Amino acid sequence: MNTEAVSARVKSILVQPWGFWWLQMRRLVRIELRRNLFSRKAAWIYFLAFIPTAVILIHVLHDTHPASGLSLDTNVLAGIVQFYYIRLGVFFGCLGIFSRLVRGEMIERSLHFYLLSPVRREILLLAKFAAGSISALLLFGSAVIAAFAFLYAAYGTAGLDYVFHGPGLGQLGAYLLIVTLGCLGYGAVFLLLSMMFRNPMPAAMLVMGWEAINPVLPSLLQKISVASYLRHLMPITVPGEGVFALLTVETEPVAGWVACLGLLTLIVIVLAYSCFRIRRLEIRYTTE
Amino acid sequence: MTAMNDRIVFEDVSKFYGEVLGVNRVSLSIPSGVTTLVGPNGSGKTTLMNLMTGLVQPSSGQISVFGLPPGDADRFFRQVGYSTQFDSFPRRLTGWEFLLDSLLLHGMSEGEAFRLAGEALERVRLGDAGSRRIETYSKGMRQKIRLAQAIAHHPRVLVLDEPLNGLDPMARAESLALFQELSRQGMHLVISSHILDEVDRISDRVILITGGYIVAEGAIHQVRREVRDKPMQVLIRCDKPELLASRMFSANHCAEARLHVDGKGVFLRTGDIDEFYRLLNEIAVEGLVKIDTVAPADDDTHAIYQYLIGSEGIPS
Ligand SMILES: Nc1ncnc2c1ncn2[C@@H]1O[C@H](COP(=O)(O)OP(=O)(O)OP(=O)(O)O)[C@@H](O)[C@H]1O
Ligand SMILES: [Mg+2]
Repeated sequence: MNTEAVSARVKSILVQPWGFWWLQMRRLVRIELRRNLFSRKAAWIYFLAFIPTAVILIHVLHDTHPASGLSLDTNVLAGIVQFYYIRLGVFFGCLGIFSRLVRGEMIERSLHFYLLSPVRREILLLAKFAAGSISALLLFGSAVIAAFAFLYAAYGTAGLDYVFHGPGLGQLGAYLLIVTLGCLGYGAVFLLLSMMFRNPMPAAMLVMGWEAINPVLPSLLQKISVASYLRHLMPITVPGEGVFALLTVETEPVAGWVACLGLLTLIVIVLAYSCFRIRRLEIRYTTE
Repeated sequence: MTAMNDRIVFEDVSKFYGEVLGVNRVSLSIPSGVTTLVGPNGSGKTTLMNLMTGLVQPSSGQISVFGLPPGDADRFFRQVGYSTQFDSFPRRLTGWEFLLDSLLLHGMSEGEAFRLAGEALERVRLGDAGSRRIETYSKGMRQKIRLAQAIAHHPRVLVLDEPLNGLDPMARAESLALFQELSRQGMHLVISSHILDEVDRISDRVILITGGYIVAEGAIHQVRREVRDKPMQVLIRCDKPELLASRMFSANHCAEARLHVDGKGVFLRTGDIDEFYRLLNEIAVEGLVKIDTVAPADDDTHAIYQYLIGSEGIPS
């Protein structure tokens, strides 16, 4: 391409109505959050998100806290993030949240209103993804923050010291990054699956199995997995014991930013394919 | 602008749902005014409308409205409003919120959206019910709020799938008057209906569709005549069928005759049913032939045409 062609290309990108799309996007997200965030059907997702927080709160209120317990509890929290949130909580929470975005509106027969509005279908899809991500992040982010706060508050000054002068805040940041990427990753996957299948559950179970066996697969296949990226972001490696040993597989370490970039690339690819699918989507409620 | 740019154009469009035929090889060029799509259940009216608005994709062929394909949503749906046959809505919204949400997606300011939503509610006469949840609406009110949603943004093309369904006679008359007014303002209206009688007063053009095929299309009087002039077969039970047939032939009002197997009747085919019946009456009055019964003896398609265009113009 010569420079003229390049500048024409750049110009054609710039003249797109980005401001208009952004406005539509914000309005769609608002509609979607209103529809999804405060619905009774979503109650089980709150439950999923806050179980560990509740368990930690009970632990904090009932048990004694000698300073020596701090490092043990730190490991417990890491274990909760690694084994509960990534594998179960965020997984099923995102399944619930994201598979309702498009499929839910097909079942309720209201999707056609969006497809008949002057909104590009890609914008619609991305707005729904954004709304789902915001819901999931609010939920799981606050659950993790609350769990973290309860846990270290119980240790008084020792806890504060660990958080503010030790590695505590850094670990919280890592957990939040993991939960964020987990929500985005699983969210994109389930949004796509829900467009492909009327009942995304069997496919989701396959994904779960895939994620579980993924660490022993060749490294090329490991790139098509959400949990395998997240594992590399854990600030503390929890040694597996008992059943957890089955889930822990030692893999060669990967730098954090490489893992982030890898997962983001995966998300972009899944979303791009979803955009392609939604462009071809047909409204056929009778056969839904 | 070329002539194509103010028309709704179907170019050799077919739609199959798997093995099931939706519509077959449809070519249309629809100008402004009221166009009525008439056909019995399952004939492909909704399919045609969904194709026109991109809710389903054609298996082959091309569709454009004012030169825009439905895939160009940004620009397409500024011009087009579609009130579907689906009687469902986003959950837990009031009529107002429903209209506002949809208008805001056009990118307009909140003030403008408010103004247009109010205007649309006014036009369909739902003013008071706007603040109630749509779940509490009656069937007719739901029909009206869908109409309001389709017209709120002042589209140039309005597609309405059985818009009179569920309306009482009063509301029907009001809706028809509204359609007529919109059409006078230069809008394209495409309206579907099971029977022509219901909407013929306001239709400029009619498209008859059965089994996925367009069987007649054009100005309403022309289609009526076309259907009426199609050779039509009548079975006449009488005592002297041969004599009757020869009388009919001699008066040149019969294209084809065939004796009934039992010899006590004759099938006659005619291109001008009005004249045919007049002559038959004359013969009956003469008393030469004793006529027992007269009945249309056509295949289904013809019966359907007759049914579609209604009773007007056919002597009984
Ligand atoms: N989603 C679908 N899957 C399979 N077949 C379909 C689907 N939608 C429509 N059809 C078939 O396409 C044909 C045309 O249906 P369509 O809904 O367009 O008819 P219609 O004229 O709108 O009927 P009605 O008056 O009942 O609304 C029918 O044979 C129908 O069975
Ligand atoms: Mg229909």
